[in-house]
Amino acid sequence: MTLYLTIAVIVLVFVVIFQIAKASEYVSVLKGEETSRKQNNKINGFLMVAFLVLGLIGVWYCNHLFFHKTLFAYDAASVQGEKVDSMLWLTIYVTGSVFIATQVLLFWFAYKYQEDDNRKVFYFPHNTNLELLWTVVPAIVLTVLVVIGLRNWFSFTSEAPKEAQVVEITGKQFGWVYRYPGKDGQLGKKYYKNIDASTNELGIVWDDKLGQDDIVSTQALYVVKGKPVKLVIGSRDVIHDVGLTQFRMKMDAVPGIPTTMWFTPKYTTKEMKEVSGNPNFVYEISCDQMCGNGHYSMRGIIEVVTQAEYDVWMAKQKPQYYTAFPDKDPSALKALADSVKPEITKVPIAIAQKAVAKI
Amino acid sequence: MSTEAILHAHSTIAVSHEAAHGEHHEHHHHETFISKYVFSMDHKMIAKQFLITGMVWAVLGGLMSVLFRLQLGYPDSTFPILEDILGKWAKGGRITPEAYYALVTTHGTVLVFFVLTAGLSGTFANFLIPLQIGARDMASPFMNMLSYWFFFTASIVMLSSLFIETGPFSGGWTAYPPLSALGSASPGSKTGMDLWLVSMALFVVSSLLGGLNYIATVLNMRTKGMSMTRLPLTIWALFFTAVLGVLSFPVLFSGFILLIFDRNFGTSFYLSDIYVNGVGALPNEGGSAILYQHLFWFLGHPEVYIILLPAMGMVSEILSVNARKPIFGYMAMIGSMFAIAILAFLVWAHHMFVTGLNPFLGSIFVLLTLLIAVPSAIKVFNWLTTLWRGNIRFSPAMLFAIGFVSLFISGGLTGIWLGNSALDIHLHDTYFVIAHFHIVMGVASMFGMFAGIYHWYPKMYGRFMNNSLGYIHFWITIAGAYLIFWPMHYEGLAGMPRRYYDYSIWESFKQFAELNRFISTVAMIVFATQLLFLLNFFYSIFKGRKVTTQNPWGSNSLEWTTPINPGHGNWVGEIPEVHRWAYDYGKDGKEFIPQTVPVGADESHH
Repeated sequence: MTLYLTIAVIVLVFVVIFQIAKASEYVSVLKGEETSRKQNNKINGFLMVAFLVLGLIGVWYCNHLFFHKTLFAYDAASVQGEKVDSMLWLTIYVTGSVFIATQVLLFWFAYKYQEDDNRKVFYFPHNTNLELLWTVVPAIVLTVLVVIGLRNWFSFTSEAPKEAQVVEITGKQFGWVYRYPGKDGQLGKKYYKNIDASTNELGIVWDDKLGQDDIVSTQALYVVKGKPVKLVIGSRDVIHDVGLTQFRMKMDAVPGIPTTMWFTPKYTTKEMKEVSGNPNFVYEISCDQMCGNGHYSMRGIIEVVTQAEYDVWMAKQKPQYYTAFPDKDPSALKALADSVKPEITKVPIAIAQKAVAKI
Repeated sequence: MSTEAILHAHSTIAVSHEAAHGEHHEHHHHETFISKYVFSMDHKMIAKQFLITGMVWAVLGGLMSVLFRLQLGYPDSTFPILEDILGKWAKGGRITPEAYYALVTTHGTVLVFFVLTAGLSGTFANFLIPLQIGARDMASPFMNMLSYWFFFTASIVMLSSLFIETGPFSGGWTAYPPLSALGSASPGSKTGMDLWLVSMALFVVSSLLGGLNYIATVLNMRTKGMSMTRLPLTIWALFFTAVLGVLSFPVLFSGFILLIFDRNFGTSFYLSDIYVNGVGALPNEGGSAILYQHLFWFLGHPEVYIILLPAMGMVSEILSVNARKPIFGYMAMIGSMFAIAILAFLVWAHHMFVTGLNPFLGSIFVLLTLLIAVPSAIKVFNWLTTLWRGNIRFSPAMLFAIGFVSLFISGGLTGIWLGNSALDIHLHDTYFVIAHFHIVMGVASMFGMFAGIYHWYPKMYGRFMNNSLGYIHFWITIAGAYLIFWPMHYEGLAGMPRRYYDYSIWESFKQFAELNRFISTVAMIVFATQLLFLLNFFYSIFKGRKVTTQNPWGSNSLEWTTPINPGHGNWVGEIPEVHRWAYDYGKDGKEFIPQTVPVGADESHH
């Protein structure tokens, strides 16, 4: 019922506006088209300058309402992010002043030079000096922006420092899988045809010794404050994107083509709760490349912790290899061995002992 | 070959079809409903066909945006009426994610291609090129007709994809594989994607037929005295647009062909190392998903200028006519359009800064991208100087032209942010991008289109549109456009990603719920205002105030020397000769001097 009522009201409003507009046309014919055109011209001329003033107030008000909700209200969470921020401010100053100057000129001219019977228009088809001026000045300003931009770009995309922590992050519909190299500090080979949904989400090649101590997790990505972290990014199915908005970083995850990105976190998650003034703050990984119907829910978490906390957390992790082959897991074997000791033969114990010794 | 000869050839075809009636250049021969309104070869009728088809798509595409804005603005509410309209796509009155993504995708595709390419340059290139260069019709009226009907067929195929069981394509208008290549990865990538590809392929054919025709016509069929540097800027703009289209659409087409092969014939151009949930590992190895993006954006970026250039050209013309003052820097305007046309081909990879593109290659694209700001700046300052010390008449067309300049400035400046890769790394694929391209490409070009419609309506239909409605339309639309898109910059600066169905689970992005509701509300009001414009348009065709003078705006260009309701062939008798450029307004104390007036002996020289 309300629906039909709404439609009826809308139609009514339409009809009213339309009738008024029609009537005004008849009036203008009666008054003489010239007179009514001049009247309309005055009204629109006034509206031009009114729009300018209200618009500029609106720009200020919008900033007042929303600035504190953006990321620029507080510090960037990474060393690289600081550079993005400073560059962004410079760009705001440059484009902002051009914006205000040109919009003011546009609407002011429109108002000032509205039709007037006494005005003679100025026949001004071209002026080489003026045209040169507004070719050269923008070119110089842009060059400055390009130089600053490229310096940052090359520093962001440079090779990660040697001491960087390496973590692999893989996107899939619709979630993230993280892989940390084990004690050997190196990630093992993987091949997508080895993927097994329950035991080997990434398709790690188990024959590769380097991969046998790799730790795989889907819970949260743990990184260390103050230590550069290099993400090796991949995708299992379609293109995803690792969006780290607080760190001001972003990189696509492309199936078949690994990409990388590195940054240095400045604040732990705990510290960031204070910096941002949001007690619920978490670092989120947002998928920023359309990847299917669950795109909007492809959320990951980054925990930035201190080195000590990281070490404690790391010590609790178990290599994926033992999930795939529980019988090779020394701790499980030991438990098994302990529980069944009295009745079993020597052989399994021998194997278990061997395995333990190997670790 | 002269225009006369071409027309002659065309008449013969028409006659052989109708098997009667002599050939007159005045074209009083009997036309049937079919030959006049359906399979018409008159460029003016084809222009109207493009325009009205474009309007239908604009309403559908706009309606789609209203629907998905409902979801974004009111994510927790249910609207039972949606279930009545959309059925299973809005179970319980809430749009499903599948439907949301399908709406977003179709909105993007039809607005970019069907409305702002076919509807804009299809309409005005067809309408204005022969009229403003002094030709009786296009170089090939038959190809011109085909161009429309290929577009029409593309429209039907696209429309049909909305009604299939698995839904229309839903992977974004850019259709990146592997998502668009694998039906198993998304239901929209099944039959919906096949139809999408067929439709787009037909659309490419339509664009090429149209574009080649426009180029041939501009180069060969100008009337006597109409040198290239006497052409109105509209024609230059439409000419560059056609060149861009002809050179870049085939590349897009090749990208689509490879995609069709990957989808249907087991090739691996774009596919490698893929394991799909529930399906398992696919056999494809060695392809590159990034290759598609290169092919797509090689059209995709020029496409931005295909959309924008016609608007720029028309705005230049309309500003000059209504400021009663010559366009400032005519040659600089042509030069900057030429520069834009060249650079348009050299910046495509700025859409791909974060795909893992080689950083050095990226840096080249940064440089070339920001270079485009220079010709853009020239254009803006030239427009401003055109207004300076003019005598401005605020016709609805003029208002929209001024609005275009304002929006072009606002949206163009944010391009400087996004083109700089080190900033793009943060802003890429956020609402900042949405705000940027909607303002600079979407709304600005729509404004150019509105300006063109209001300005040339008297020539199209021999009647005026209602002015008061035009004013209401303008002021609500420009205020609404800024209210919708300006605050989106802030969402982007918070990193809010685009193409999300729901933000409520995100700690980083959920603070904008109220703003999203506001934007959705304004979007609905602006959409309703566009319906008012359509009402004005169609009502005025039949009931509008009649045009009584040949040249109602006091304009210099040739289209205003034709009869009020020009027939097929445009001019009765000889095509007028041209003696000067199109912008002699306010020269030597004369209000305007049409192009057909010979240069007087005592005329000042500039």
